Amino acid sequence: MAELKEARDAARYHIAPEGKTVLNVRRLNLFYGKKQALFGVDLDVYKGEVLALIGPSGCGKSTFLRTLNRLNDLIDGVRIEGEVLWHGENIYGEGQDLIEIRKRIGMVFQRPNPFPLSIYDNIAYGPRIHGIKDRKRLDEIVERSLTQAALWDEVKDRLHASALGLSGGQQQRLVIARVLAVEPEIVLMDEPTSALDPISTSRIEELIGMLKKRYTIVIVTHNMQQAARISDRTAFFLNGYLIEVAPTPVLFQTPQKKETEDYITGRFG
Amino acid sequence: MSLPATRSPELKTNPSHMKFEKLRGTFGYSLTILSVFIILLAVISIYIFVFSKGLSTFFVDKLHLWDFLSGTEWNPTRSEEAGGPVFGVFAFIYGSFVVTFLAAAIAAPIGIGSAIFMTEIAPKWGRKLLQPVVELLVGIPSVVYGFTGLTLLVPFIREHIGGLGFSLLAGVIVLSIMILPTITSISVDTLLTVSPEIKAGSYALGATRWQTIWRLIMRASAPGFVTAVIFGMARAFGEALAVQMVIGNSKRMPTSLLDPGSTITSVITMNMGNTVPGTLENNVLWSLALILLLMSTVFIFAVRLIGQRGRLMS
Repeated sequence: MAELKEARDAARYHIAPEGKTVLNVRRLNLFYGKKQALFGVDLDVYKGEVLALIGPSGCGKSTFLRTLNRLNDLIDGVRIEGEVLWHGENIYGEGQDLIEIRKRIGMVFQRPNPFPLSIYDNIAYGPRIHGIKDRKRLDEIVERSLTQAALWDEVKDRLHASALGLSGGQQQRLVIARVLAVEPEIVLMDEPTSALDPISTSRIEELIGMLKKRYTIVIVTHNMQQAARISDRTAFFLNGYLIEVAPTPVLFQTPQKKETEDYITGRFG
Repeated sequence: MSLPATRSPELKTNPSHMKFEKLRGTFGYSLTILSVFIILLAVISIYIFVFSKGLSTFFVDKLHLWDFLSGTEWNPTRSEEAGGPVFGVFAFIYGSFVVTFLAAAIAAPIGIGSAIFMTEIAPKWGRKLLQPVVELLVGIPSVVYGFTGLTLLVPFIREHIGGLGFSLLAGVIVLSIMILPTITSISVDTLLTVSPEIKAGSYALGATRWQTIWRLIMRASAPGFVTAVIFGMARAFGEALAVQMVIGNSKRMPTSLLDPGSTITSVITMNMGNTVPGTLENNVLWSLALILLLMSTVFIFAVRLIGQRGRLMS
C-alpha cells in the first residue's frame, strides 16, 4: 500500500518517475466551430513512459492526441486555447516550425495507412522529404527502422514490392517503422490495434514494450486491458475533461474519482 | 438463451403477398437480362456490320491492304488512262494520330493541373467554381466548338502564325479544348479516391502540402491519370465534326502543322454523302470506319488493363 500511495502522490503532483517531462499541456481548450470538445486539460508527459489515454467514444481522447502534433490544424474550424509545451516551448506559439514538430512527434493512426508505394519507398518517404538523398544512407535507415519495428525479417526479400500486399498487422508495423525512420522523440498512437486481429495486436503490444526504451509513447486505446498491459500511466477522459491521471495499476485498482470507477468497472462506455 | 419453439406472429407473412413478391422478383430479373441482351446485340451487330463492309474493300474489290494503309495518294476519280482510282489513306491515319497525340499532350497537363487545384489546393471554392465550368465544357455540342474554331481560331492562325489558317494546328487546339473536361473530370475522380488517412499520414511525417501532392498524391493517382488521358485521346480520335470544320480537309500528306490535312473521321463525314453504297469508294469509307472501331477497341482495352494494374497497387 505504501508503494501505491507513493505512486499516487507522484502522479498527483506531476513528479516524473525520472523527473523529466517532455510535454506539458496547460489549460487546453479545443473548439470545433462553436462546439467545445476539450475543456481545460492539464497533463504532463514524462520522458520514456508509455502514457495511455482511455475513455468512452467521443470523450475527446483522440482529439487531444492530435493536438500534440498539431494535426488538428488540417481540420477547418478548429480553434485551440492554452498551451502545449514541448521542452518548455509552446508548439502553438508564433514562429514554430510545424515540420520539425511533426517530424519529432510522430503519429500512428487507427487504420494502417501505408502509402500506395513499395515497402522501401514507404519507409524512405519521411527521410526523403526531409532532404536525405544518399542511397546508402536511405538503405541504412530503412533497415534500421524495419528492424526496430520487428518487420525486417518478414520483408527484407521484398522491399520493392507494394506495401499494400502486406497483412493488416504487418502494415501497422510498417507504418510504425515509417514514423521511426524520421527519428521522432515522441510517438503518438491512435488506437493502433483496433483494426487488427488478436495475434497482430499482441505483436504490436510487444513492439510498444520494446520501443519505450528509446521513445516516449502516448497511446489512445479503447481497450482497458491493453492500457493495463502496456502503459506506465493512464489518463481517463470523459466528455472532453481529463478526469484522472495516475500510474496504471493505481488508476485501475484505486481510482480516485467516481466516474473513473464507473468506467473501469464497466458501468458505462 | 434458447430460441422460442414457434415463430413469433410478426414473422408470419401473408402467402399471397409472398407469391406477388416472388413474381415481381422474376419480372425484374427478366427485365435486367433483356436490357443486357439488347446491349450485347447492338454491339455485336455493329462489329459484324462494320467488319463485313470494311473488309469487302479487300476481299470483294481486291484492294491491296498494304497499298491502302501506306498509300499517300487519294484520288477516287483518277481516269482509267492514268491507272484508275487510288485509295491511299496514310495521310488521314497520320492526321488522326498527330492531332490526337498533340491534343492530348496539350490537354493532359492542363487537365491534371486543374484537377489538382480543384481537389487539393482549393477544394472548397475551386471545385464549386470549376466543376460547373468543366461540366459546361462537356455539354457544349461539337458543332459549336467547330464553329467557334472556324470563326476565331482559323483567322487568328492565318494572320499571326501563317498558312491558310485551316490546319492541323487548328484541329489540335480545338480538340485539346474539347477533351480537356474529359481529362479533368476523370482526374478529379481519381484524386478524390486518395484517402484522407494517407494524406494525414504524410502530413504527420512533417511533409508540406506541396511534398504531399507531388510525392504521394500524384504517384498514387498516376494510373488514373493515364486512364483519363486515354479516354481523352479516344474522344479526340473519334471526333469528326469540329475537326472537319477547321482542319482544311486536304487529301495531301501534311508536312507541317500549318498545312491543311484530314483525319479518318473527317474523310468519312466529308465523303459519305457523295458515294453510292456498294461501290469501291463507299467500301473504302467503311474500311476507315473499321480502323476507327479497332482503335477505340484498343483504347478500351488499354483503359481496362491499366485499371486492373491500378487495382493491384491499391
